Amino acid sequence: MSKVHTEKEPLFHITKREDLPIWSKAGIRIAAVALAILLCMILSYILIGINPLKMLGSMISGSFGTKRRIWKFLKDLSVLLCISLAVTPAFRMKFWNIGAEGQALIGALASVACIIGLGGKIPNALLLIIMFVSSVVIGAIWGVIPALCKALWNTNETLFTLMMNYIATFIVSYFLMIWTPSGSSTLGMLNFGYLPKLGHEYLLLILVVAVLTIGLYIYLNYSKHGYEISVVGESQKTALYIGINVKKVIIRTMVISGALCGLAGFLIVSALDHSVTTATIGGQGFTAIMVSWLGKFNPIYMALTSFLITFLDQGASQISTDFNIDSAFPSVIVGIIIFFIIGCEFFIYYKINFRHKAVKEAK
Amino acid sequence: MSIVNYLLSSFSIGIIFLLGATGEIITEKVGHLNLGIPGVMSVGAAGGCVALQLMYGKNIPGFLIVLIALLACFISGGLMGVLYSFLTVSLHSNQNVTGLALTTFGVGITKFIMSRLTRIGAHEYLYALEYFRAPFSKTTNSLKYCGVMTFLALILALSVSFFLYRTRSGLNLRAVGESAATADAVGINVTAYKYIATIIGSGIAGLGGLYYIMDYAGSQEAYLSIEALGWLSVALVIFSLWKPHICIAGSFVFGLLYIANAYASSILGIQLPMAMTPLIKLLPYVFTIVVLILTSIRKKRENQPPAGLGITYFREER
Repeated sequence: MSKVHTEKEPLFHITKREDLPIWSKAGIRIAAVALAILLCMILSYILIGINPLKMLGSMISGSFGTKRRIWKFLKDLSVLLCISLAVTPAFRMKFWNIGAEGQALIGALASVACIIGLGGKIPNALLLIIMFVSSVVIGAIWGVIPALCKALWNTNETLFTLMMNYIATFIVSYFLMIWTPSGSSTLGMLNFGYLPKLGHEYLLLILVVAVLTIGLYIYLNYSKHGYEISVVGESQKTALYIGINVKKVIIRTMVISGALCGLAGFLIVSALDHSVTTATIGGQGFTAIMVSWLGKFNPIYMALTSFLITFLDQGASQISTDFNIDSAFPSVIVGIIIFFIIGCEFFIYYKINFRHKAVKEAK
Repeated sequence: MSIVNYLLSSFSIGIIFLLGATGEIITEKVGHLNLGIPGVMSVGAAGGCVALQLMYGKNIPGFLIVLIALLACFISGGLMGVLYSFLTVSLHSNQNVTGLALTTFGVGITKFIMSRLTRIGAHEYLYALEYFRAPFSKTTNSLKYCGVMTFLALILALSVSFFLYRTRSGLNLRAVGESAATADAVGINVTAYKYIATIIGSGIAGLGGLYYIMDYAGSQEAYLSIEALGWLSVALVIFSLWKPHICIAGSFVFGLLYIANAYASSILGIQLPMAMTPLIKLLPYVFTIVVLILTSIRKKRENQPPAGLGITYFREER
């Protein structure tokens, strides 16, 4: 009897785990990252012949080697975290806003347009306010169009927001051609609309993002709006049953998400770039999706995951300068490590039960 | 004459979108939104080019060279599919996140491989251009782009359409994409369908990348611009309502718009300002959004995205 049973039982079956204690969750994740870095070191030793230890050293020095690098690290972390925070409210209600790239870019464009139109004609403080408002408003508009269609006709938001990214990119290149009569399409650094500097030039940006992180954490976890978002994300039917206006929540949340993306665009223009190109956001709108998902849509964890991603990114580019390898190498390394991190989530939430174990239990 | 050239060029650049979209349709029909298509297409191109480089100067007949390169390309694209389906099907990862990571990784590794090829030799893989552009490789107008892979792409699109809508396995495949739990209950092997569809779909999409380098562009820098074409393929899937035979027409429309500005002066006799280029190039995306909205308003059941698109299936979940 039991023999027949063993033959029919599959090799293993998968069950959901009980909630793991926090230290073993962290352990699995750290192990995955360590394993991934080890694999990358072996791969680059075989492919290019880099000494693995030197590689690790160069990775760390890339982020923390000098005072300048630490500031740059914090700056990149803040920008990435800001965009990641922006997409999080939407993700919490399972609205897949993968249009952060476009929403932030169009926000940056709005700020630049204000500078070009009004720069030098009005006081700087007033200009900054106008820039801020227009960036936030246009970011919100860019985000709310897909949300309206989702609320009214249940249009697929993933595909819609994805398309909106490219429309934003082409609109930016259109305006760049208009603004540069020479046809070079590169706008130099503009002279107006600079955010004031507090001590270090990046300090204000970092502080703004820190405040935003805490603010969003409170909004999502301790406010009525945050609760409604979670319920809509869990089950739209439950939300309807307890009297939440689902359409309103979807639209309101995407206004917030888009507006925060627009804010990121404003910060990039007024505090860092003072200009705009089609590569101003540089794919961070997509990286933000990974940061947010890996951070379990929790702003505090997301600060950690964006720390990790920024560290990997800067470390890998330091490797490519130190060892004079092709500049595409970093994205290969970061890609491999991200695959490991994505994959390890499985072992946190699921358990693999092998056959012989199950049979013993049956006996 | 220039209008013929314009039409032919649009048709052949459309083939890139057609191959990418055909692959993505199979994947999406089984319920997986693979946003890694741009990466998959790049890696496919790299795989094909490496194979061509290895066969350089080996006195192999032309048709065999093309065949081996196609195979290498299909396998490298398929390997990306293996990675994607292992993560999303077996490890239940989020499809959007995995797909985006696949694009980053694929585009990066392609740049890495291709720049190494460039460093070793002088882009010798381009020797095979005449085989890929056969039978029209000697012509001087845009007819030369209509090489063997063009016909392959058309045949693939039509046979995928036939498979999906006229065979039992195709019906099963669509059932998995609509509701994996229901399909599982009827006894369809959901995991196998998901794996096979994703891998074959990625292989086909990979061919699109190779076609772009070895036929349409025929240049050593072509690998840098595959990513943008890959995103257009994702758009084309929606534009053609998840039907490969409509894709053929759709890819032509996308092609017409994609290169419109280059031909505007010679055909219409008017010099469009340079600034118009981006505005024309964004039209495919606008059209795609319009189609997406219209189908969601009309709610015609056969034109909807697969109901299970993007949803991870776990048998023991209620």
